[in-house]
Amino acid sequence: MLRFLARRGLSMAATLLVAAIVIFVVLEILPGDPAVAMLGVSATAENVAAIRLELGLDKPAFTRFLYWISGLFVGDLGISYSYRVPVAQLIAERLAVTVPLALLAQMLAVLMGITLGVFAAARAHSRLDAGIMALSQLGVATPNFVFGILLILAFSLTLGWLPAGGFPGWGEGGWRALRALALPAFSLSLPQAAILARITRSAMLEALSEDFIRTARAKGLTRGQIIRRHALPNALVPVITMIGLQFSFLVTGTIIVENVFSLPGLGRLVIQAIGGHDVILLKSLVLLFVGAVIVINALVDIAYGIVDPRLRKMPR
Amino acid sequence: MMKIGPETPVPASSGRLRRHARLGTACSTILAAFLCSNGLATAQNRDSVTVCQTLEPTILDPTASAAAAIREVTYANIFEGLVGFDRNSKLVPRLAESWQASPDGMKYTFKLRAGAAFHDGTPVTSADVKFSFDRAGAPDSKNPQKWIFEPIGAVAAPAPDTVEITLKTYAADFLEGLAWGDAIILSEKSVAKAATEPVGTGPYRFVRWNRGDRLVLERNDAWWGGKASIKSATFRFIADPQAQVSAMLSGDCDAFTNIGAPEAVDQLKKDGRLVVTIGSTEGETILAMNNAKAPLSDIRVRKAIAMAVDRKLVNEGAISGFGTPIGSHFSPNHPAYIDLTGEVKFDTKAAKALLAEAGLANGFKVSLRLPPPAYARRGGEIIAAMLAEIGITAEIEPVEWPQWLERVFRNKDFDLTVISHVEPMDLNIYARDGYYFGYSSPELKAAVAATKTARSEAERKAAFEAAQRQIARDQVNAFLFMLPKITVAKKGLTGMWPSWPMPANPLAELKWE
Repeated sequence: MLRFLARRGLSMAATLLVAAIVIFVVLEILPGDPAVAMLGVSATAENVAAIRLELGLDKPAFTRFLYWISGLFVGDLGISYSYRVPVAQLIAERLAVTVPLALLAQMLAVLMGITLGVFAAARAHSRLDAGIMALSQLGVATPNFVFGILLILAFSLTLGWLPAGGFPGWGEGGWRALRALALPAFSLSLPQAAILARITRSAMLEALSEDFIRTARAKGLTRGQIIRRHALPNALVPVITMIGLQFSFLVTGTIIVENVFSLPGLGRLVIQAIGGHDVILLKSLVLLFVGAVIVINALVDIAYGIVDPRLRKMPR
Repeated sequence: MMKIGPETPVPASSGRLRRHARLGTACSTILAAFLCSNGLATAQNRDSVTVCQTLEPTILDPTASAAAAIREVTYANIFEGLVGFDRNSKLVPRLAESWQASPDGMKYTFKLRAGAAFHDGTPVTSADVKFSFDRAGAPDSKNPQKWIFEPIGAVAAPAPDTVEITLKTYAADFLEGLAWGDAIILSEKSVAKAATEPVGTGPYRFVRWNRGDRLVLERNDAWWGGKASIKSATFRFIADPQAQVSAMLSGDCDAFTNIGAPEAVDQLKKDGRLVVTIGSTEGETILAMNNAKAPLSDIRVRKAIAMAVDRKLVNEGAISGFGTPIGSHFSPNHPAYIDLTGEVKFDTKAAKALLAEAGLANGFKVSLRLPPPAYARRGGEIIAAMLAEIGITAEIEPVEWPQWLERVFRNKDFDLTVISHVEPMDLNIYARDGYYFGYSSPELKAAVAATKTARSEAERKAAFEAAQRQIARDQVNAFLFMLPKITVAKKGLTGMWPSWPMPANPLAELKWE
């Protein structure tokens, strides 16, 4: 197990290093100059030179790359060109919105999706099943921001129960922050729940048609017991794969929903970094996304092992 | 921490049912607490105001970046200059109580206001003024408007409340320049933090900034001008136009400085709780042309393009018709403005004839690079369709800001672009060599120089008029309209600036009635 973890860790580090090099090179090639971006249409050559000097842009690319990479190891991601505060601080502020939002949305999606999927499978080809599948079809086909707009219309503009957007920050009390995240999390979770419901249903149907289910039934187990103890655990592998993909998507920024609710999440920070040609910020953000996806994939692998003991022993 | 309502008694029944019932009650309690603590009909809090705007600044120091968003937040709120502009672009005293110019206009003596102090408590003295202006005018200064400080020969501080500025070159607009946000007074002690935790002298002090969402200010009770009416002020930044409308309709915002959804104005006007005011910014919106590149270097071609563009329709399509049409690069709010909108009339036939005269009867291809704002993207598409009418194929390419600045503004790699020049009094860009639209005219340069050397208001006005005419005559760009300022405020909140002679939202002028 230790050797497995060490190998896994090493390959993750190598992937990250390669990603870092690619990110650096690609962003260096992007046309644009942060100094010009700051000065706008009033930029004079003299001003641009002064700002480039201050940002350290006059140094060769390789030197800057070394600074950046060595800084990563000690958690120093540099100072943002456009915000003039440490990149690590900027990212941490946004993570405090994006991570709770992603967790909340994923929790809702799992709760709704798996429950509906199991019910649909248990009553396959009934009216309930048809209803759930029709709803999930709607959920899959509708983009999350459309749900966002509809939810704002209903809960903010008509009923006035929840704020239409913005994020007061955790410092203003967890309750207010949670209220601000409610509608966005719900609108993000709906399409995800719909997908999970469909996948759960088909995986459950497959599991329910297996021989061991017949055996279980012959043993005299009730319908509920069969579903809980035998069918559901065996149906979970594809569901976990999907949850992993969904969570990567939620963490790497859900730009449109953030825009609809004007939430200060990672997605909007990316947009702002692009708009201000804040390359140093952008580099760390992209690397963070790569890292997040790698880590989530690793977690998904571990989760496979938990739900399916056969996968624990498989060589990798 | 999260609060959940008190445990509700659950009727005794079978275990399964009880479990379900308990779950149901818990859910409805959570839901009720969650939804209702907002309080739908809360009375307006008169001690605070939430002013919302589209763009968020990335830093707060106007002496380090030209971004209008910085000025929208800080001007006359956190920072002040010796003098300032009021809502009618009239020069008003701020940190200087009074001033005197020598008869030859080469020396200014400012008397500083007694009682003016920075937010950290240190009084504002002539040494701070000297520090600020020396810093802004230094060779390594990053001040975006260095022209303001170029005429300065020396700044002297003969007494703590007296500043003497000797000019090395006469400048008719010197005092006006000092009213810009770029000429604020900073303290040497706190200048390093001006970008992130600013310490100014204005009626509001900086409290905190949740980047990406809001910036909170608090009334500075020690302000020289007395106490402002509202104690706590929050700027919120909402980029998405639809989200802006929702934020106004839901009551999350008390005012929107310039709403980005002109198409929603009717809807907002219908809402009895809101007041919509249409004013103007100083943003001359133009179809900029690369004067240095054939065939646009030919004035007949530029004129043909200008004639092919139906300004009214572009105005209608790009910003719902709220723009004020212009015929040159000058703001109708300025006293020296002359109406040149009649110089070029929309006339497709005449435009075609002009093209034929220039030897381009079969038309040609141009690039049309469009930056992100809606006025540019929408306006650009309409313009491309109009140019097609006279045989010009405009290849639209949407670009992000950094790419626009790099390719169009810096490398001049473009034929046409749509852009709003939002800085006030920026006629002088036409006199700059190497500016992106590649125009160079000795006559215009002379006229712009004359606006600086003018010894009287009349002389200055005449110079401005000559410059406006010259730019229109040479048809440097196609002039479209002034970008509107669409202010939305809750009924009962007064004091928002209806127009923007400068991008600014002075909070001390706001009041709940």
